[in-house]
Amino acid sequence: MVILLGDWKSASQLPSANEAIAGIEKRGPVRSIAFDAQELLIWGSGLLTFLVSLINCAEEKNISVNHEGLPDGVQRLLRLAFAVPEHKVQAAPRETLFSKIGEAALNYQKAVSETVGFIGEITLGMLKIFTGSARFRWADLLLAIQECGVKALPIVSLISILVGLILAFVGSIQLKMFGAQIYIADLVGIAMVRAMGAIMAGIIMAGRTGASYAAHIGTMEVNEEIDALRTAGIAPVEFLVLPRVIALALMMPLLTLYADVMGIIGGMFVGIAGFDISLLEYLHETKKAITLTNVWIGVISGFVYGIIIAVAGCLRGMQCGRSASAVGDATTSAVVTSIVSIIVATAIITILCNVLGI
Amino acid sequence: MKKIEPNIVVKNLTMAYGEKLIQRDLSFTVNRGDIFIIMGGSGCGKSTLLRHLIGLQRPTAGSVSYGGKDFWAMDQSERELIMRSFGVLYQGGALWSSMTLSENIGLILEQYTDLPSSEIRERAALKLALVGLAGFDDYYPSEISGGMKKRAGLARAMALDPEILFFDEPSAGLDPISSRLLDDLILEIRDSLGSTIVVVSHELASIFAIGNNSVFLDAATKTMIASGDPKALLAECKDRTVHSFLTRGIPDMVKT
Ligand SMILES: Nc1ncnc2c1ncn2[C@@H]1O[C@H](COP(=O)(O)OP(=O)(O)O)[C@@H](O)[C@H]1O
Ligand SMILES: [Mg+2]
Repeated sequence: MVILLGDWKSASQLPSANEAIAGIEKRGPVRSIAFDAQELLIWGSGLLTFLVSLINCAEEKNISVNHEGLPDGVQRLLRLAFAVPEHKVQAAPRETLFSKIGEAALNYQKAVSETVGFIGEITLGMLKIFTGSARFRWADLLLAIQECGVKALPIVSLISILVGLILAFVGSIQLKMFGAQIYIADLVGIAMVRAMGAIMAGIIMAGRTGASYAAHIGTMEVNEEIDALRTAGIAPVEFLVLPRVIALALMMPLLTLYADVMGIIGGMFVGIAGFDISLLEYLHETKKAITLTNVWIGVISGFVYGIIIAVAGCLRGMQCGRSASAVGDATTSAVVTSIVSIIVATAIITILCNVLGI
Repeated sequence: MKKIEPNIVVKNLTMAYGEKLIQRDLSFTVNRGDIFIIMGGSGCGKSTLLRHLIGLQRPTAGSVSYGGKDFWAMDQSERELIMRSFGVLYQGGALWSSMTLSENIGLILEQYTDLPSSEIRERAALKLALVGLAGFDDYYPSEISGGMKKRAGLARAMALDPEILFFDEPSAGLDPISSRLLDDLILEIRDSLGSTIVVVSHELASIFAIGNNSVFLDAATKTMIASGDPKALLAECKDRTVHSFLTRGIPDMVKT
C-alpha cells in the first residue's frame, strides 16, 4: 500500500519512483501495490510522472499494481498514457569514426556542387537580364540598393572612423619614437584605401545585409513562398537572388570609397588633436601616399566582397530547412561563410597583386 | 496549341526524403472534373504527395503522368506548359509576404500574360472579390487573418483559371461556416470552370460533401490502404484504420 499525502503539484521535492520502490521492498517481498489517496490534496503532472515510472518499475519486477485507490482523473490519464501504442523507432546505428569522415567528405562534395550550381544559375540569370528575358523587377533592385546602400551609411561611418582612429593611435606610438608623426597620414591612408576600407565595409555588410538576405529568403522557404514562385513558373534565382546580388555588387565599391574617406578622417583627427599636425599638412601627406592603383585595388576588392556576401546570403537562404531554427542556422552560416570567404579572397587578391608587382 | 489533358495518372509512386521512406507503391488516377481527396493522418505524407503531383519533387521510383506522358520524361518547355495549368493553394497560404494581395495575384498574371497593368489590377480585384476579399487589394499578407490568407491564396491559385487546382488542407484552421463556404466555392469552381481539383483534407464533413474520388495514405504501413469514392469507402471499406477515420471512431488498438 502506497499512501499519497498532501500537495503533489509543487514542482520540487517530489519523491522518485525508485526510492519509493526501494522503500517498499525494504519491508520484505512485495507482490502487489495499491494506493490510498484519501489525503491527497492536489496533484499535477508530477504525480503522473511518478506513477508512470513506479508502474514501469513494478512491471519489471513482476509486481502487480492496483489503480483503484487513485482519484478518477488520475486513473483516466494513466489509461491514456499506457494506451497509445509506442512507435518503435529503429535506433540509429552508432557512427564510427570512418563513417563520420566519409559522411563529411560526401557532404563536402555535395556542398561544392550545390554552390557551383547556384553560381552558374546566377550567371545564367545575369545573361538573361541582358537578353531581356529574366523575370526581374527593377523596383526590387531599387529597394535592395536602398537597403544595402544609404541605410548602411551610419554604421559604416562609425566603424570606419574608429578603425582610422585605432590605426593612427597604434602607428603613432612607433612613429613618434623617430619623430616621424607625419607618417601617420601615410599609414592610415594606405591601410584604409588598399585594404581596411573594403574589409571593414565587407564585414559590416556580411553581418547586416548578408544575414538579412539569408533570413528573408530562408523564411520564404519555410512559408512555402519559394515553392509558390516555382509553381508560378518564376525562377526564384532570377526573382529573388539577382536583384540582391546586383545591388550589393554595385553598392559595395561605393561603400568602400566612403569607408576609406571616413577612416582617413578618423586618422586625421588623431594626427591633428594628438600630434600637432596641421590639417593641410595631413591632407597633403595623405595625397602623396595614396596612389590611384591603391584606390582601384580597394574598390575591386569591395566589388568582389559584395558578390561574395550576396551569393553566400542567398545560397544559405535557399538551402534553409523548414523550421524557425533552420532560419537561424542559415543566418549564422551565411555570416560565417561570407566572412571566411572575404578573408580568403583578400589573401588571394594580395598574392595576385604581389605576383603582378602592383 | 493542344490542350493539356488534365488526367493525372500515378503509377507505383515511391516517395522519400533522402533515406527516409515516406510512402511507397501509390497508384491511382485522377479524372477530368474529379474532386479528388488525399486523406490520411497527419504526418503520413499528404503534403509530400501533393509536392510530387505539382512537380516540385521528383519521385524516388514510379511515375506521375499528365495526359499519358510521364512528367519527368518530358522536356523542360513541355513541363512548364503543364505547370502553367496548375493552381496551388499551399497549407499556410504561402502568399509572398513582401507584396500586397493585389500584387500577389498580379505577379502571376504578369508572368503569363501581356495585359496592361491597369487591367491586371482589375483582374486581381475581381479574383479577390470572388473569395470574399473585395477591398483588401492593398493589404499585406501580415495584415490579414489566417483564414483570409487561405482565401487570398485561393484567389492567387485561381489567377489563371487553371485546369487543375491543388489545395493543401484548405479548411484547416477555419471556422465551420467559412469552411463550409469554402467547400461551396470549390464545388462552384469545378462546375463553372470544369477544373479538376485535388484536395488534401482530413475534414470529414468536407470530404463527404465535395469528394467523388480519393486515396487514403497510412503512416504505419507507408502505403495507400484504400481508394475510391469516400461515400462508398464509408459503406464498404473493411479496413479498420479507414473505417475509424471516416466514422471518427477510435481504432481498437488505441482503446486498450
Ligand atoms: N523536407 C523534409 N525533409 C525530411 N523529411 C520531411 C520533409 N518534409 C516532410 N518530412 C517528413 O515527411 C513526413 C510527411 O510529411 P507531410 O507530407 O508534410 O505530412 P502531412 O501528411 O501531414 O502533410 C513527415 O514525417 C515529415 O517529418
Ligand atoms: Mg501537410
